Amino acid sequence: MRRMTRWLLDGYAALVLLYLFLPIFVIVLYSFNKPAGKFNFVWKSFSLDAWRDPFQYQALVEALKLSLRVAALSTAVATLFGTLIALALVRYRFRGSGAVGLLLVLPLTTPEVVLGSSLLTLFLNVNAPTGFTTIVIAHIMFSVSYVALCVRARIRGFDWTLEEAAMDLGAPPFRVFWKVTLPIIAPGVAAAAMLAFALSLDDFIITLFNAGSRVTYPLYVYGARRAAFPPQINVLATAILFVSLVALGATVLWQHRTVRESTSSPIPLA
Amino acid sequence: MAGTAAGGSRRSRLAPYLLIAPGILWLLVFFVVPIVTLAQTSVHVVDAPWWDGYYRALNNYGVHFFRSFRYALIATLLALALGYPLAYVIAFRAGRFKNLLLGLVVLPFFTTFLVRTFAWKTILNDEGPAAWLLRRMHLLAEGGRLLDTTLAVVGGLTYNFLPFMILPIYVSLEKIDRRLVEAAEDLYSTPIGAFRKVVLPLSLPGVFAGSLLTFIPAAGDFINAQLLGSPNQQMIGTIIQNQFLAVRDYPLAAALSFVLMLIITLGVLAYARVLGTEELA
Repeated sequence: MRRMTRWLLDGYAALVLLYLFLPIFVIVLYSFNKPAGKFNFVWKSFSLDAWRDPFQYQALVEALKLSLRVAALSTAVATLFGTLIALALVRYRFRGSGAVGLLLVLPLTTPEVVLGSSLLTLFLNVNAPTGFTTIVIAHIMFSVSYVALCVRARIRGFDWTLEEAAMDLGAPPFRVFWKVTLPIIAPGVAAAAMLAFALSLDDFIITLFNAGSRVTYPLYVYGARRAAFPPQINVLATAILFVSLVALGATVLWQHRTVRESTSSPIPLA
Repeated sequence: MAGTAAGGSRRSRLAPYLLIAPGILWLLVFFVVPIVTLAQTSVHVVDAPWWDGYYRALNNYGVHFFRSFRYALIATLLALALGYPLAYVIAFRAGRFKNLLLGLVVLPFFTTFLVRTFAWKTILNDEGPAAWLLRRMHLLAEGGRLLDTTLAVVGGLTYNFLPFMILPIYVSLEKIDRRLVEAAEDLYSTPIGAFRKVVLPLSLPGVFAGSLLTFIPAAGDFINAQLLGSPNQQMIGTIIQNQFLAVRDYPLAAALSFVLMLIITLGVLAYARVLGTEELA
């Protein structure tokens, strides 16, 4: 009876994982499709054409480049801002820390369509043209919360007396930060940065409101449903997935070595 | 980072504020101020009373609000039914494969949300594999469709926000002291009894956090409804986006957005009062 329950439970979990992966199989498979028309939604025949020429569609490549630039810039700023907030929350007791915690959670509990539309009304009100800058502003806004909460969760409960020990041994503040604090927080910061990058690269709803005439990678994919949906979209998606897989694997291995805590998950969100 | 040891010094009292300043300023200017602007825009009506936007929002689009919350609720319950057992298996039964399985849960989400939703379109379309299989099994009538149905939209919502359910539940399960479960079994509890009396109650914060993190984006989403549904499945997000970017009826658009946020915020505040904000992080 017990064995049966376990067997059922594991089987069910495996099915749920399969559900999560089903569209991924389709994306990879259809990157090898030779579609009959402009749309790559029905299987015709196997082909390597799209893989031989992944950058065939100039607009798609430009969109991806824009997305990567936005993600790099917003991740850098949001990781810095968010990490500083996390350090303040973990290391100090101060007036207003509760309010700070609430202000960090609120963007996560506000629907994206509200975040996007409210930012647009602000930009309209101050007559700021929407474009690259406004996309980056929006992405930093929603990433700061994720970074701060993620870093805070990771560095909470760490042994901060190490810092004091270093200071007692005569290390100057900068050296303490570089040699003690940074190694402690580094895995959390790296995980948060990866999360921010992925969120930025993936964001559609908020970007739609604040992109003006600029087209990011998700916006291109959205537009492609009307004009043409080439298999190159699947090729690039597969490539991004593969790069993420390698990055994810590397981070997991690195964190295993840095923090030998059985409870630390490689997933930054939680 | 210096000066924590000397807790009373002037410098360390200022330090946390200096650290939070850039990020908090950013959130005030680009999150709080826009919400205020949104509220102003919603009552900035020409040639009609100030509440005209709200009147039209609730009068004309009540059905869309209602549908959005209904879909989001069903998707949340489905995600819970799918996610909890998976989170449980990862936390309690995966052993050294734990990190690998967690990685597998998030991996699909490194391909763009939109590309994944288009993949569902491929799977569910009339000539696609799912419809073919279900017709062969006589579970779908000859002319029956999967795409453009409520089932497709709710399925898409469930799929897209499932990891937001799994991860918080996993974290709360992971925190549970295993000795408590052993103690229950030592006291002759059945495995199911131990689960019901020990594991389930201790994992509830994760369930609440996961439910919010699934429900909120699902209620505001419009991609799934737009790509997998027909006009009969249109959600409030589509209306808001359309009013803002195409019709440009800003008072109405802002009122719609504001009502959506208000309803959800009230729910979140009620939640926060009961359980605190800690578990959301």
